[in-house]
Amino acid sequence: MYKYMAKRLLLMIPTLFGAAVLIFLLLRLIPGDVCELRLAGTGNYVDQEAIDICRENLGMNDAKIVQFIDFIVGFVTFDFGESMWTGKAITYEIGLRFQLSLQVAIMATVVAVIIAIPLGAISALKQNTWVDYVVRTFSIAGIAMPSFWLGILIILGLLIYSQAWFGEAWMPPIEYVSPFEDLGQNLLQLIWPAVATGYRYSAVATRMTRSALLEVLREDYIRTARAKGLMEKLVINRHALKNAMLPVVTIIGIEFAFLMGGLVVTEQVFNLNGLGKLFVESVLNADYTMTQALVMLVVAIFVLTNFVIDLFYAWLDPRIRYS
Amino acid sequence: MTMVSEAQVEADLEDLTPKVPLLQATLQLIKRQPLGAAGLLVVILMIIMAIFANVLTAYDPEANSLEHMLVEPSWVFPMGTDQFGRDVLTRIIYGARTALWVGFVAATVGASVGLVLGVASAYFGGGFDLIMQRVMDVFMAFPLIIIALAVVSTLGTGTNNVIIAITIPFIPQCARVVRSSALAIREIPYVDAARSLGFSHSRIILRHMTPNVMAPFLIMFTSFLGQAILLEASLSYLGMGVQEPTPAWGLMLQGGAEEYAESAPWVAIWPGVAISLAVFGFNLFGDALRDVLDPKLRSR
Repeated sequence: MYKYMAKRLLLMIPTLFGAAVLIFLLLRLIPGDVCELRLAGTGNYVDQEAIDICRENLGMNDAKIVQFIDFIVGFVTFDFGESMWTGKAITYEIGLRFQLSLQVAIMATVVAVIIAIPLGAISALKQNTWVDYVVRTFSIAGIAMPSFWLGILIILGLLIYSQAWFGEAWMPPIEYVSPFEDLGQNLLQLIWPAVATGYRYSAVATRMTRSALLEVLREDYIRTARAKGLMEKLVINRHALKNAMLPVVTIIGIEFAFLMGGLVVTEQVFNLNGLGKLFVESVLNADYTMTQALVMLVVAIFVLTNFVIDLFYAWLDPRIRYS
Repeated sequence: MTMVSEAQVEADLEDLTPKVPLLQATLQLIKRQPLGAAGLLVVILMIIMAIFANVLTAYDPEANSLEHMLVEPSWVFPMGTDQFGRDVLTRIIYGARTALWVGFVAATVGASVGLVLGVASAYFGGGFDLIMQRVMDVFMAFPLIIIALAVVSTLGTGTNNVIIAITIPFIPQCARVVRSSALAIREIPYVDAARSLGFSHSRIILRHMTPNVMAPFLIMFTSFLGQAILLEASLSYLGMGVQEPTPAWGLMLQGGAEEYAESAPWVAIWPGVAISLAVFGFNLFGDALRDVLDPKLRSR
């Protein structure tokens, strides 16, 4: 097991390194740099000298390879440096927003699980009946609906109904309320973005639950369980669902790692100052250091999640370790 | 291995059966795959909308009209007008062109390049395969939207750059799926036979292996169509995709939608309905196709 773990761990290095090279090169191709944008962005006339000084200060005149080594060394030692745009430490900027994005991500996952597992199970048990068709339509609709549009609809609905019922219109909040300050207010604020994102993510998990359960239901041991007269409820809960959960857990794990991507648009709609919004802003500002750090964060989370899933698999199924 | 040969036998049998008339075939499709038939209907409607856009509507999708700003839906403007006085229905009909164009080009190029890379990776194996797989891993580790955003910010906005941005993340996805099917095919004796006859690598890859991985390829292709339309809408919504005044559904939701949501909800609702319906249609159709093409799932 340890040998397997070490092997998987080592395989993460080329992926992370490749991602670092890719994002480093991509960013350097973008026309216009942070100095031009920062100094001339408002339409003012700026002399070349000021831009040169700015570039020199940010180390952008160093050879590309030096910049790259700086970036890699920074990544390995968890010292990401400062944002080229705000001048503040990147760890500080990310720290400010990490809590919010993580909370929305976790809440969205909870929403997805609550929707996906019961619906997927019902759909499989009532295969090819109208119940199955309704559930499948509902879940495909989740993939089809852009989460930003769902967000707009939710805001619109809340606006209209809060106006009608409470006399005052609900507005997306401007300031983020930490759950440690006021849990109720915090949940009220984040539940809608979580629903908008979670519904979308539930769709894939619902379909996975359905097909995994259908597969398991055809196994011999299910027939045996039924033949020995077990109650149908027990057969489903204890024998079938438990075994069908493995691929579902994987999908939910992978989706969690990808939630960051989904958050890019959701945070825009609900005006939440999270990592997704920070990412869009840093790309627009050509803030190399910030964009690099954020991309590496997302990739690292993804690779680590995969690693944990693989370990979980190997732990459950010893055959995987030795192949 | 058995899976493939069964599929082939069935394909041969299908060639032998007499061709059923179109109407009967359609009825059969509706009976066997009702959701898939519904999806196909949406896809066909969308194609008709895109082709006959200039016949279906009398308005210009790009011309502003100051006297008709944010007009409520009526007989004259069935879905109302936006903040520039443009008919929303007209822009949705013309938007189908943008969506289909982006969708088809991105899905075709992405899936085809992925197909060739995937089959080549499986066929050559060894070091080539290992390096390809690592490169694919890197691309797959990025969320789709993030890689698309990075590409758009490199190349700039505009329809063609959006297509490139959407195509790039598709390639590794398709390559990965195709590779796993192609690995099984490489072990079938006819590939060895082709090799011993001295056929070139490209001939074996293109003529012998590629036709046998068409099922996963088609499944990926249809799923890409829906995904591409959705991604284009997301990028345009973020202001990093198709630019004004080109009619595009995501773009229609960008400016006016939130600002006028309360006073003119039609601006926010209809483009979203169009995106959802289109992606919904492609997904339903793709699902049905998967059921038909994947023999393992057929008995379900």
